[in-house]
This record gives sequence, C-alpha cells and structure tokens, in this order.
Amino acid sequence: MNRSLLSAVLLAAGLSLAPVAQAQTSLLNVSYDVARDVFKDYNPKFVAAYKARTGETVEVKQSHAGSTKQVRAVADGLEADVVTMNQATDIMFLAEKGLVAADWTKKFPNDAAPYTSTMVFIVRKGNPKAIKDWNDLIKSGTSIIIPHPKNTGNGRWTYLAAWGNALKQPGGNDKSAAAYLSAFFKNTPLFAPGGRDATTTFIQRGQGDVLVTFESEAELIAREFGRGGFEVVYPPQSILTELPVAIVDKVVDKRGTRKQAQAYLEYLWSKDGQTNAAENYLRPRDAEVFKKYADRFPAVKTFTVDETFGGWAKATEAHFKDGGSFDQIYQVK
Amino acid sequence: MKSNRPHRVLPGFNLSLGYALVYLSLLVLIPLGGLIAKSAELSLAEFWTLATSQRSMASYRITFGTSLLAASINAVFGLIVAWVLVRYEFPGRRFFDALVDLPFALPTAVAGITLTTLYANTGWLGQYIEGQWGFKIAFTPWGIVVALTFVTMPFVVRTVQPVIEDIEAEVEEAAATLGATRWQTFWRVLLPGVFPALLTGFALAFSRAIGEFGSVIFIAGNIPLVSEITPLLIIAKLEQYDLIGATVLAVVMLVISFVLLLSINLLQWWAANRHRSEARELDPGSTGNPANTQGAAA
Amino acid sequence: MKVRRAAAETPAVRWTLTAIGVGFLIFFLGLPLIAVFVEAFRSGWAPYWEALQEKDTLHAVGLTVLVAVVVLPFNIAFGVAAAWAIAKFEFWGKSLLTTLIDLPFAVSPVVAGLLFILIFGANGWMGPLLQSHDIKIIFALPGMIIATLFITFPYIARELIPLMQAQGREEEEAAVSLGATGFQMFWRVTLPNIKWGLLYGVILANARAMGEFGAVSVVSGHIRGETNTLPLHVEILYNEYNSVGAFAAASVLALLALVTLIAKTIVEWRMAKETEMLNAALPTEKTAS
Repeated sequence: MNRSLLSAVLLAAGLSLAPVAQAQTSLLNVSYDVARDVFKDYNPKFVAAYKARTGETVEVKQSHAGSTKQVRAVADGLEADVVTMNQATDIMFLAEKGLVAADWTKKFPNDAAPYTSTMVFIVRKGNPKAIKDWNDLIKSGTSIIIPHPKNTGNGRWTYLAAWGNALKQPGGNDKSAAAYLSAFFKNTPLFAPGGRDATTTFIQRGQGDVLVTFESEAELIAREFGRGGFEVVYPPQSILTELPVAIVDKVVDKRGTRKQAQAYLEYLWSKDGQTNAAENYLRPRDAEVFKKYADRFPAVKTFTVDETFGGWAKATEAHFKDGGSFDQIYQVK
Repeated sequence: MKSNRPHRVLPGFNLSLGYALVYLSLLVLIPLGGLIAKSAELSLAEFWTLATSQRSMASYRITFGTSLLAASINAVFGLIVAWVLVRYEFPGRRFFDALVDLPFALPTAVAGITLTTLYANTGWLGQYIEGQWGFKIAFTPWGIVVALTFVTMPFVVRTVQPVIEDIEAEVEEAAATLGATRWQTFWRVLLPGVFPALLTGFALAFSRAIGEFGSVIFIAGNIPLVSEITPLLIIAKLEQYDLIGATVLAVVMLVISFVLLLSINLLQWWAANRHRSEARELDPGSTGNPANTQGAAA
Repeated sequence: MKVRRAAAETPAVRWTLTAIGVGFLIFFLGLPLIAVFVEAFRSGWAPYWEALQEKDTLHAVGLTVLVAVVVLPFNIAFGVAAAWAIAKFEFWGKSLLTTLIDLPFAVSPVVAGLLFILIFGANGWMGPLLQSHDIKIIFALPGMIIATLFITFPYIARELIPLMQAQGREEEEAAVSLGATGFQMFWRVTLPNIKWGLLYGVILANARAMGEFGAVSVVSGHIRGETNTLPLHVEILYNEYNSVGAFAAASVLALLALVTLIAKTIVEWRMAKETEMLNAALPTEKTAS
C-alpha cells in the first residue's frame, strides 16, 4: 500500500531476523511444554562448563510444545540433536522410526531419566473437602480438574497414577481399577486441553475442588498465582513420573554434533545438573543432592510404569489406544 | 466449456482463470488430494468403521450443529452490524468498525482463554448468566457456540459491508417515490441485493467454524460424546501416532463441508441470477448506472 | 460523509438497530478485547513493557510481519484473478470452482498443517528428495509461509466475488467498447470499483495471516527465537506460566487488528480528496463515489 511503510516493515523484519545467521556449533533441544524453566537455567550452566572443559562454545536452542507433537515433528524432519520429553512413549516412537537407538534407555543411567516427579493434589486453602487420598476424589460432590487423559502427557500420567493406585489397593484388579476410574470421571466436569490450562481453570476460574498435577507444577503455580490460595496434598501413594532424554542419532550423525549432544545430556547427571533439577522442583536422582533439598520433596510411596503396567507400550495399548480402557468408560451402553 | 455469449467482450478470461486454477491446484487441490490418497490406504470397510464410530458420529453432530448455530447468529447480527456501520453515524463508529477484524488477528488460543475467563461461572459475564438464570455456558456445547460466533464474526460483516456501501441511493429513492414503505424497500429491494453476499458470509462463517480448534478446546470442556469436536478427535488420533485415523476424520469433514459449501454456492448463484434478471426486467436502464460508467471511462 | 438519503429509516428504527449492532459488538468483541488488556496490564505498565522488549518476543513480531508481507501479494493476485474470472464470465463449473476456493476455510488448521507435513515432511512424498538436497521447507520459514498461504488463500477472492457480481459487467464493457485496453479498463474502472472490497479482503487476510496459530504451529518446529511467530510465542509464554508476557504479546496482535482503523481512515480521506478534485475539474458531471 504505502511503499515507505512497507520498506520500513521489511527492514524491521530483516533486522530482527539477522542475528540468527551466526555460524557456530549449535544444539537444538526439542522439549515439552513446561520444561522451559529447567533448561533456561540449565543451558548457560552447560555452555560455561563445556567451554571450560573443551574451550568450545556451543549454542543451545530450545523448542517447546506438547510432548507428542514435538516428537512427531522430529520424526517429520525437525532437526533435534537431543529430545527431553515427559514420557517414554514419545522417545519410543522415535526409536521405532529409527531416529533414536533402540536401546536408548541403556545409553544413560536411570533408564535415561535424569530426574523424576510425581502426581500430587492441589486443593483450595484449608482443604475444605478434606481430600487426603485417591479415594476422597471419587466421593460425590467432589469436582476434579485434570487435562485431557488421552491427548496430553500430563493427563496420561494422571490416568495411570489413578489406575495404578486402585490396582494396588487390597484386592485390587483391572476390574476394580476400571470401576474406580469410572467413578473418577463422574467427578470431572471438563477436560482441560493442556496442563497449563487445567491450572488456570482451577486457580483463576475457580472451577473444581482438586487439581491433579505434577509436583513440580505446584511450585510454578505458587510463583505465578501466589502461595496463599491453595495447598498441596501428597497422597500416600502415587506414580513416579520419569522424564526421559535421548540423543537423536540420525541428526547428530548428519550434523556432526554427537560429542556435544552426549556432553549436554551427560551433564544433566552432574552435581550441577542435578542441583538445577532440584531447584526447579524436579526430584534429582543423585542421593546427595536429593538429601540437600529433601524438605522440598515429602516422602511418597511411588510405583513406576514399568513395574505396574509392564512398560509404556503396554500401558498405551491397554488404556489410551482407541477402544482402550479410557474409551470404554465413555461408551454409551 | 467455453461459452460464446456476446458479453465475452471483456478481456482476461483465459489469463485470470488459468492463473487462478494453477494457483488453486498447487496450493489446495494437490495437498487435499494427497490427504484423500493417504486415507485410501485403508479399505472401504475399515474407513467406514473409523468414520462412523460412536465418538466420531457424536463429534460430527456437535461440530456441525454448533457451527450452524454460530453462523446463523452471525448472519442475523452481522447484517445488522454491517448496516449500522455503513449507514449510520454515531460516536465510536470507526472504532467499532475496526473492532470487527479483531477475531482474526487475535490468535485463536488467546480468544479461547479469554472467552473462557469471561463465561466461566466466576467470570465477568458467566457469574451473572449462571447466577441469575442458572444457564451454564463455559464447558458446555453453548461455550462452543460462543467461541465460534466470536471467531467467525468478521465474515458476514465484511462480505456484506462492501455491498451495502455499493447500493446506489437512487434505487431506494426510486422505491420510495413509487410509494414503497421502508420495510417494503428493505424486503423487496435491499435484501435481495444483499442476499448473495449474506449467503457467502454465512457459508464462510459456517465452514470456518467447522474447522476451528484453537479457541474451542478451552471453553468446550472436551467431554467425549458431549462437548468433543471433530478436530479434537483428530488431535487425539495424532497423539496416538495414528496418522491414518486422523486423515480419515479429516476426509470426512472435508467431504461434508464440500457438499454443504457447494449447495450454498449453488443457492447463492441462483439467488444472484434471479436478482439480476428481476432488476433487468423492472428497469433496463437502472442497472450499471451509466453516469458512473461514463465518468470513470472518460 | 454520506449523502442524506431520501428514503431512510425512522429515528426509532435507526436507534434500535444501532443499539442491537453495537451491543452485539460490545458483548462479543469489546469485552474480550478489554479482558486481554486487563490481563496484559495485571501487574502494571513496567512488566508489560518489559515483556514486549524481550528478545524472543521482538523476533516473533518480526517473523510474523515477514510472513504476512510475503503471503499477501500472492493472495491479492490470486484473489483479483479468480474474482475477475468468476464474477464477469459465465463458464461451466463456476460454482464448483467457487466452492473449491472456499474449501481451505473448512479445513481445520491442524489438518492444514498436516497436509504439508504429508508432502514435505521427512516421511512425505517429497521428503527424501528435499533431504538429499538439504532443502528445508517444513520446520523453517518456507513451510510457515506455505501454511499461511493456504489458510489465507480464500479471503481476498471471497471478498471480491460477491462485490464484483453485484456490480455486473456493464461498466467494463462500456470501457472496452470505448476503446480502453485491458490494463486501462482494469486500472480505471475495475480497481476503483472494487477498492473497498479489496481493502477489506487484504485487511482480513492480513489479520488472519498474523493471527494464525494452528497450521503454523504444526509446521514451525517452535524453535525459540527462530521459527516462533507471535501467536506461537503467546502460547509458549502462557504455558510457561508467564501470563503477563502472553497477554502482552496478544495485545500487540489485537492492536494490529485496530490498524484497520488507521488504514481505512487514510483511504477514506484520500478518496474524499480525490472526489473533491474531480468535482472541481468536472463541475457539470456527476461523480461516482
């Protein structure tokens, strides 16, 4: 329309894009949604440590979105050197596609999960509904806010935590677990489209009596919304959410960044890396670091996906595939 | 294909149509063809089972029902808004005029989050609507209608607006001189002229609403069989790495939308032609406004 | 501005209609807009301003503008060509063509992104070819431009078709029979007639190009400071529990929508001036607009 306006706009666009075109070794870490804080703190620490050790400067770029969506992008050609995800299924998919080594869980300690979290309850101040355990959630009149159990990683963890807990009750079996979840979903008035939106729905819009979410989220919620309005309740038993990482072999071989990528992920297990995780309210694997931050991580009896569900592949097949246990609950008889 | 009617004096038919077709093919037809080809990897029976599952059927009902409602709301109010914005002077007219484009510029996710905050039972509007009348909007299908009405609002207003701006004062004056009431003028003269554009706007709003995802998921509640839209089911399939399942639903939506749009376009065509021939019958001199033509050509 | 019409509504009708129209706008558009700004300024001016000056946000603004600037000329050319063919000529399959132009509206943005992954992705038809030449389309700027082209494809054409139909072809026919070349006819007759529609179309397509989230989200790769457009950046900020940053960025997009106000005012003002000049030059002739 207006030529000078147009050229000004182009110039502005060009200027702001210019800094991208720097040539140096860079790593792309493709990660899930809420991991930004962890890596925002971690990346400079790694860059400094790596420079001190090798004299080489590495730039780390971040990409964040929903976990599964990110992994699909990597499979479709997004050139990630490393992936840091919130569930093993996502990395398994890349292994299936031949981008990640089939034995990726053996490449790093702790099944390649440098830190963990667990699912906890967040309730209104004073815990008016006296929610202490999973069974309190299915009492009539209690309203539960969770993200979509089929479409979000956060929701899947919640689902498996609830199922696993029911399974581990005296006399618990698949049938009683299904009955528990059926009752559970009678109390969910809505499924939030993502973990973050579940939080907003609960805290800002005042929906529901209890929010089930990651322990690490509770701290982020406190930072954003203040500590006064809610309380964190640890159920006696919950799931151990392992947050795995992997090198994307196909990409690092092509780009010649294997050495840097390996160092980047290994550093997550260093004292610095573990401390950084603990600072961000993720449970570190390192016993010493864990001890130092023990007051942040109340004791919870946890179970893993591997021991309770026989691994993510089986869990996905039984519960989240079309026609799985979740779909059966929402079938009209 | 080629018609040899006398009015083909105008230049540029082959060029414009050719260019449009090539561009259309490259950007739309080939990609959509690819989608259909992908879904053809399934047998017809498998396709049918996936496409007509209980969840899918419920989601079509919700998606198309709420879209139809939202487009209808916009057809009625959009016409009024366009009319008011073009014909009347009032304070803030320009501001409201500009406001109409807001739903396009605002990312759909922001729209969804904002609308949910407004309409939840603790929100500015929701607390009155739910408190006074006990009517829940957020996290029910009504929430979907609200989000879709917001997202598709510009279509009707912006397709109707230029046509209203273009109406010659003479036509209305003539009608008035011939003794028509204002209502008759509107119903017999103005509405038929605006009708094709109104239908277009309705069709656009409707089709955009069908595909909308970002704003709806925040306010819908996303409960299977109750408030789950088809695009959300597509995402659910993708979350299971089920690309084929996702394409099946996408193809079903595409085919239904195509048939609906084609019907609306045929109807629109018919309406436009009828209006034109009627106008010609009534007064062969009044269309085309010769003074205007000479002024511009001189 | 407008000639007082001999046949106008009674004041009562006019006020009722204005109230309904404005009420609808306030209820459905005004309140959400206010809510966006309330959220953006929840912690006051300083955090708002700070959020906008963040490096990644600025980059996202630049990228968003760049995508829109590249996309619009293509769709303007297509829109005018398609509308010309459809509105001024009769040919077989016209309704079908119009419907095909509408089709991208009905394609869910998520699916739209998927389409291009199916073509250009590593496992897509052209994926191996592109990879062997190390050409990046998806998860880079070209992919985002293509997705935005698709999403905004129908807007200008759809804006122009009903308008040009309503105008008929007599004026152009007269111009041609008076000896105007095709270019002269287009420039002197068609363009002035369709300028409003074209402007609306461009404004809509531009707004949509800048605000598009779903399709671009699928093909962008979300690399911070590199392939994040403003709408994507908004989502990321929101998911990072940075409400103020998210709504501050969203308010920028909302302001872009209000740019319409300025654009329209300028055009209106220029037109009024042109008309004046024309009136002065041709005192006896009745002018068009």
